Amino acid sequence: MNLKRFLERYFEDPDLQKKFKRIFYAVLALLVVVDFFVHREHVTFLWDTIPGFMSLYGFVATVLMIVVSKAIGHAWLMKSEDYYD
Amino acid sequence: MIEWIHPAFFFFVGAAILPFVKGRGRSALLLSIPVLSFLSLLFASQGIHGAIPFIGQKLIFGRVDKLSMVFGYAFTIIAFIGMVYALHVQESGEHIVALLYAGSALGVIFAGDLFSLFLFWEIMAFSSVFLIWFKGGESSNAAGMRYLLVHIFGGLCLLGGIVIHASSGGTAFSSLPHTGLGPTLILIGFLLNAAVPPLHAWLADAYPEATVTGIVFLSVFTTKTAVYVLVRGFPGMEILIIMGAIMAVYGIVYAMLENDTRRLLAYHIISQVGYMVVGVGIGTDLALNGAVAFAFTNILYKALLLMGMSSVLFMTGKRKATELGGLYRTMPWTFLLFMIGGFSISGVPLFSGFISKSMVVSAAVETHQSWAFLLLTLASAGTLLSTTLKLPYAVFLGEDKKIPATDPPDNMLYGMGLAAFICILLGLWPDLLYRLLPYPVEYHPYTGEHLVGSLQILGFTALGFVLFLNKMRPENTISLDIDWFYRKATAGFLWLANRLLGVS
Repeated sequence: MNLKRFLERYFEDPDLQKKFKRIFYAVLALLVVVDFFVHREHVTFLWDTIPGFMSLYGFVATVLMIVVSKAIGHAWLMKSEDYYD
Repeated sequence: MIEWIHPAFFFFVGAAILPFVKGRGRSALLLSIPVLSFLSLLFASQGIHGAIPFIGQKLIFGRVDKLSMVFGYAFTIIAFIGMVYALHVQESGEHIVALLYAGSALGVIFAGDLFSLFLFWEIMAFSSVFLIWFKGGESSNAAGMRYLLVHIFGGLCLLGGIVIHASSGGTAFSSLPHTGLGPTLILIGFLLNAAVPPLHAWLADAYPEATVTGIVFLSVFTTKTAVYVLVRGFPGMEILIIMGAIMAVYGIVYAMLENDTRRLLAYHIISQVGYMVVGVGIGTDLALNGAVAFAFTNILYKALLLMGMSSVLFMTGKRKATELGGLYRTMPWTFLLFMIGGFSISGVPLFSGFISKSMVVSAAVETHQSWAFLLLTLASAGTLLSTTLKLPYAVFLGEDKKIPATDPPDNMLYGMGLAAFICILLGLWPDLLYRLLPYPVEYHPYTGEHLVGSLQILGFTALGFVLFLNKMRPENTISLDIDWFYRKATAGFLWLANRLLGVS
């Protein structure tokens, strides 16, 4: 099997890329819908009762991490590469 | 019939005879050492072996129980994989220090008393530093020296703690008190090797300066022996929950900023060990099993990820994400195997991270640790974001920088392939690992609740990545960390001392 050609077919074809994106969004929507019907064995935290909470938390956490990390980095932590020289 | 052979024995003897063996014989020797050691574990009976009286105390070299055995298996398996990956290395010295390092890590795992533990703890520090120094060059030499000094400090804390503790509590190594000067110093020594902030900077400073193959060994033994001694010595110490949760997020923040491919992964080691420290802090049977299972799976996928980025470094000579791109065309197998490591570390179902990470998280839920749960879940999202999406996107996909390269030599691919195989195997067959865990616990990772919850986190993190792709681009910078204090402050101290002494 030529792995390179196989990968190229999937990464370079714009039509396939569009198709993948559509499937990806559909799966995300489906996950939230399914969450309404999944049986909870134990309800420990308040948010365990909210369907789709994990989706929201995952997304908000991601955005926060990107924004906050980069903000701290640019304001303070990130230095040019010859900083210690 | 010999009752028990210490699994480290093969590593130390192998290191001693390696200089006299050449060619194919050398490869055969390097591969047979971890195999023999693994076999000796299979035939070891539980109990205390190798007890030697020593100045009024007892040195115990072989405590064999489920906890030491599971780490023994993990260490011998990864030593084999690391040796396969390093077979092409001509420098015998590098193999010898790797063998000493792996052997002394096994020595720590099976040590039943604090003095023999300390002995192997120090051999680990002094052998591992050569895996950094063998890279050569000014930055590796300096980073190795900083690494060594930090570990000497940690070792001294440990020794001081052991001596103080021994006068009242004896030298047996089992669960230690949570208060008192002696145990506190011992704990500091352990936490330093586990890279718990603020005692963590040595790891991200030194590991990326190690040799292409040395970093594989480094990523395993120091932090995971530290997890082992924490599980053994300080289970249920609550402050570790807070420290571990902060640690998990701390590593993520720095990984977001990092441009050096292997340093980014090194910050993820810190984040990952955070989960294990949380597990130790919670201290229930499920949590401790989770910490051990997490260590086991982490050893394999973390080594796999570092082997991937080391292969990129080896074939292209480049270590910065900003200088790499489009490599999937020239290094397709490296890309594929790296992604298996990426799926494993992010806890994608059917890969090994899913079956271990969920244990620690479930233990946090069971004990109502809402903050630990939220921080660990955030760290999960961050792991997917930078290890599995940002890094491979920048290195293998993204803009094609037309870097001439090929997949690395076969032995390196086989090393990665073996690690990838076990990552998938454990994901599909978690019971294989669960039956090795120290406590009897019934745990099922593949419930509808876990699956849908994890997939939501992963899916919506990926959505965030897709939407903010521009913000995720690596930048050509380095990041200040705690090592600033000893890198800048010592320079300042020298400047001041020179001024006071009148030396210009």
